[in-house]
Amino acid sequence: MIRWLLLLLGGALLGGIVHLATIIILPRTATRDAYARLTPIAPVNSVVPLPAPTPEKATMPFMDPAFASAICRYDLSKGPLKLSVPVSLAYTSVSFYTDKDIAYYAINDRSAGRRAIELDLMTAEQHAAMPENENVTAADLLIVESPTLTGVIQIRALAPEPGLMPKIQNAIAGAKCVQIAEPAPAR
Amino acid sequence: MRLLLGTLFALVVAAIVGLGATYFALTRGAAFGALTIGSWTAWPKTGTTEIDPYARASIARSGRLPLALGDGLTFLAKTDDNGRNLDGRCDVVLSGITPAARFWTLTLYNPEGELVPNSINRYDFTSQEIVRRAGGSFEIVVAPRASPGNWLPTGGVERYILALRFYDTAVGVATKEGREIPMPAIKTRSCP
Repeated sequence: MIRWLLLLLGGALLGGIVHLATIIILPRTATRDAYARLTPIAPVNSVVPLPAPTPEKATMPFMDPAFASAICRYDLSKGPLKLSVPVSLAYTSVSFYTDKDIAYYAINDRSAGRRAIELDLMTAEQHAAMPENENVTAADLLIVESPTLTGVIQIRALAPEPGLMPKIQNAIAGAKCVQIAEPAPAR
Repeated sequence: MRLLLGTLFALVVAAIVGLGATYFALTRGAAFGALTIGSWTAWPKTGTTEIDPYARASIARSGRLPLALGDGLTFLAKTDDNGRNLDGRCDVVLSGITPAARFWTLTLYNPEGELVPNSINRYDFTSQEIVRRAGGSFEIVVAPRASPGNWLPTGGVERYILALRFYDTAVGVATKEGREIPMPAIKTRSCP
């Protein structure tokens, strides 16, 4: 009897390990996560508008239908990225995610404080390798460090009323994300 | 033989306990650091790099992108204030005020996170669209049939989820549960 109880206890403990292991492994093996859903529809390093969610079809679950959105799936292996998003009339935000769907940075029109949200996205290594004088001339340039080489930027703008949606979508269409040309090697 | 049987037994117990717990954690949306106010729950850390493994697993499984905390915060409600599941065949009333934010949106989803079809193609309200009372408080009727004022149609579905998202808000990781943030009350008014 005690033997079986011990086995039961051992099994339960092992079950706890199995539980933790599956929880941790799951995000690495998920084939239908947001990044995997966006990969086929978004070429690398360009802005792609996302269709507004409808009951029949939505790119991802739990999208906010009051927003016009676009994404830029990025790959920094060939150099940093320059992002510019025109600010629309109500609320504009840019959120950054790793390729494992972790949100690591977000900025909105008010915190950007300008007519457009403009920033450079690069890895910590690329940031460190930036020539110093460039750092000075671009003192007011916002630099965002990506923890991963690949990821996705989500650009969103609120349409306060449904009638304004086409206008907001037009505003978002002006967003650009382009790879910064490889700088000439420093002499 | 006894050893083999015993090992097998322990392994079966481990599989049931481990996979069962994972299944429950994912289907019930377990995550740490929940901020619960009335019927509303938010997980501020889910929109940051400090997201916990449970929230990560749940996000990966559902395929959504979490709302980054620097952008806004999502509160979800699955029940009314009496703990009764939100039923699309009933008239449910949201009333009260919201915490300070530049904008908010209220959206109705089915439990899978899809929008619910309805006759007037309204899936949400924004803070700009709502008709308010003189004091700034508001009332939104979530019901299958048309209702005067702010009507959010349910399409008659059995179960639904309400998502209240605040954009550019101070509500976040440092927010404590309590009186400092008012959330709208959810009451089921009548059921057929």
